[in-house]
Amino acid sequence: MSSVADTHSQEHHHGPAKGISRWLLTTNHKDIGSMYLIFSFAMFLLGGSMAMVIRAELFQPGLQIVQPEFFNQMTTMHGLIMVFGAVMPAFVGLANWMLPLMIGAPDMALPRMNNWSFWLLPCAFLILVSTLFMEGGAPNFGWTFYAPLSTTYGPPSTTFFIFAIHIMGVSSIMGAINVIATILNMRAPGMKMMKMPLFVWTWLITAFLLIAVMPVLAGAVTMMLMDINFGTSFFDASGGGDPVLFQHVFWFFGHPEVYIMILPAFGAISHIVPAFSRKPLFGYASMVYAVGAIALLSFLVWAHHMFTVGIPLAGQLFFMYATLLIAVPTGVKVFNWVTTMFRGSLSFEAPMLFAVAFIILFTIGGFSGLMLAIAPADFQYHDTYFVVAHFHYVLVPGAIFGIFASAYFWLPKWTGHMYDETLAKTHFWLSFIGMNLAFFPMHFLGLAGMPRRIPDYALQFSDFNMVSSIGAFMFGVTQLLFLFIVVKCVRGGEKAAAKPWDGAEGLEWTVPSPAPYHTFSTPPEVK
Amino acid sequence: MADHQTYYVPEQSKWPIVATVGLGVTLYGAASIMVNGNQGESTGGSWFMFWIGALIMAYMLFGWFGSVIRESRAGLYSDQMDRSFRWGMSWFIFSEVMFFAAFFGALFYVRVFVVPWIGGEGDKGSTNMLWEGFQASWPLINNPDPQVYQGPKEVIGPWGLPLINTILLVTSSFTVTIAHHALKAGNRAKVKLWLAATIALAVVFMFVQGYEYAHAYGDLDLTLQSGIYGSTFFMLTGFHGAHVMLGTLMLFIMLVRIIKGHFTEDNHFGFEAAAWYWHFVDVVWLGLFVFVYVI
Repeated sequence: MSSVADTHSQEHHHGPAKGISRWLLTTNHKDIGSMYLIFSFAMFLLGGSMAMVIRAELFQPGLQIVQPEFFNQMTTMHGLIMVFGAVMPAFVGLANWMLPLMIGAPDMALPRMNNWSFWLLPCAFLILVSTLFMEGGAPNFGWTFYAPLSTTYGPPSTTFFIFAIHIMGVSSIMGAINVIATILNMRAPGMKMMKMPLFVWTWLITAFLLIAVMPVLAGAVTMMLMDINFGTSFFDASGGGDPVLFQHVFWFFGHPEVYIMILPAFGAISHIVPAFSRKPLFGYASMVYAVGAIALLSFLVWAHHMFTVGIPLAGQLFFMYATLLIAVPTGVKVFNWVTTMFRGSLSFEAPMLFAVAFIILFTIGGFSGLMLAIAPADFQYHDTYFVVAHFHYVLVPGAIFGIFASAYFWLPKWTGHMYDETLAKTHFWLSFIGMNLAFFPMHFLGLAGMPRRIPDYALQFSDFNMVSSIGAFMFGVTQLLFLFIVVKCVRGGEKAAAKPWDGAEGLEWTVPSPAPYHTFSTPPEVK
Repeated sequence: MADHQTYYVPEQSKWPIVATVGLGVTLYGAASIMVNGNQGESTGGSWFMFWIGALIMAYMLFGWFGSVIRESRAGLYSDQMDRSFRWGMSWFIFSEVMFFAAFFGALFYVRVFVVPWIGGEGDKGSTNMLWEGFQASWPLINNPDPQVYQGPKEVIGPWGLPLINTILLVTSSFTVTIAHHALKAGNRAKVKLWLAATIALAVVFMFVQGYEYAHAYGDLDLTLQSGIYGSTFFMLTGFHGAHVMLGTLMLFIMLVRIIKGHFTEDNHFGFEAAAWYWHFVDVVWLGLFVFVYVI
């Protein structure tokens, strides 16, 4: 190491700075990754406690705990916080920690911008959560904020909500630019594109989706802002606009957004399943092409969220068939994961348990998605609890189990300690049972006609709702156990080897555990 | 590895956190101005907050770009770093393209579907029963409900000021390219001349655009409030105008840096980034000219 840069940055090869300034001023991808993960878990608990309010109210028919107005604020904030505060930042945190380690880079490509991307998130959520205490209450129109509910009939705090979304968008776009620049420019010599680990591939494609659709969301909320405050008529038909225009713009963002929340999990699962099957991943190239195909199709399916608003028949048919097509690349992925396990030397540590549950339960969520994709059938399911069941099946055992699997898989690398396997397995089984109890009955409720986003319901829905609430509380409380396991693992435990999982592969396992503060200052050679 | 260039990973930096505070305070102030204004309350404190935030942002921009320029001139950046900046700027411009795409998409959807449907075309359920007798047209002069949204008297034709503006911007794309070639050839006097010419064209463009807005508001009653035509017209041209301002500021800073002797023949990505941005602004205008003014 004899470059000019080293004489200018002696401290650079020392450890982290002391005190709070380490976190406020850091440019280190590992510090920033940790902050993203901690922030995301805090938001997971906050959004989760709002879900507990919802499930407590729905435990029995009738109004018992909260007023309908506040209930609406809870459903809205729960959705926004979980999507933008919990799931997305968790994956960005994993990307920050793992991408440089996986491609043999010294850090992210643009380290200062990386820190800005993170710190904008607490700022945005401070504004968003502060709306709960404003006159007229927090946003109450659902996380999809359809006009005119959010424009003509929204509370005054909607304007603050809009700016919070803008800040989250700036954060996501900068984070995604950083990820793309890192992957395209910082790979170790010899790591060709088709040699990249799948988590890197899925994040490359996710980052592309983020840069393509977050600006469209910014456009949608800007139109709302202008309609609310400056008298434009984008979403008002009396001026020649259309509330349905909002839905088109929103879902052009919204559908790729749901893949943004699942593709990185696909990548992580594609590392974990081979590691615990002690076999290489089956069909690497087809996995890459499948993710690419899913990403491209995600731009062509948005109106399947809008079958009942009165779009023309040709539109309904196009969006129905395009949506059904997505099952093909997704099926390729599930097939490859299962084939990777086939005749493998399987063991079921916590990451693998979450990964296997991911494959099975995400597939259930995918199948209910196919049911919803069929336009004539969707007229029955639309806006019922069936939809709630569907997207919680892809988000909870999909995205969130993917995050838990990743966390257990890489915790030894992050902390240098093994987590408590017994507790982790307990966490898995309680989460698995709780989550299925909470969300499986919602399928039946929806098919029987219970509408979503209501604080009260007809008596015949009582039993399933009670089961669902019990499951939800079980799942919610269990996450405190996860917090305990992680804190315990950070503070101590059995020392982890550089490669604690004997089937694992990749550059991240060639550095010691815990990973030193600076890694790969000299890039490794990849053969 | 002897031939390996070290990738510059900066020290701890205060700029990200300063930028966060600046952006948060600015936008919180902006939201308070709007919300308090709508409720008829005083907005003085909100404006104060807004300007404090904007000052913090300005301080941050000077400081952050200043550090990057100092580091670059100290020779800390490798070719690999240069590629990171190039990827970063390219994808940033792509994100801007998608932002404009949302507004162009809204314009197309409204013109092709919404206005004809309200006017009774096709058989779209109740849409055409909302305002019986409404005649679909584009530009939309008579809104479906003129009581709520008073339509404009007239809209701005393409072959006057907008054509002049098109010529100005397209010319400026050529002048900035001439400046770039001059920079690569090491002819700094020529760079200054043509870069200054580009900035002059940009300033004239903004002046013409301001004049056109004054004409629209003062004489034609074409405003943000005059229905969907005014909404799409002002949002598209307005955001474009804001980007012209930003691009002009970038070019101006490049001129200052050239005068101070920054950049070399083969290392001047700051200049190129500004030029890329300028071409992007130009291309958006061509889209605007065709789809907002002409067609």
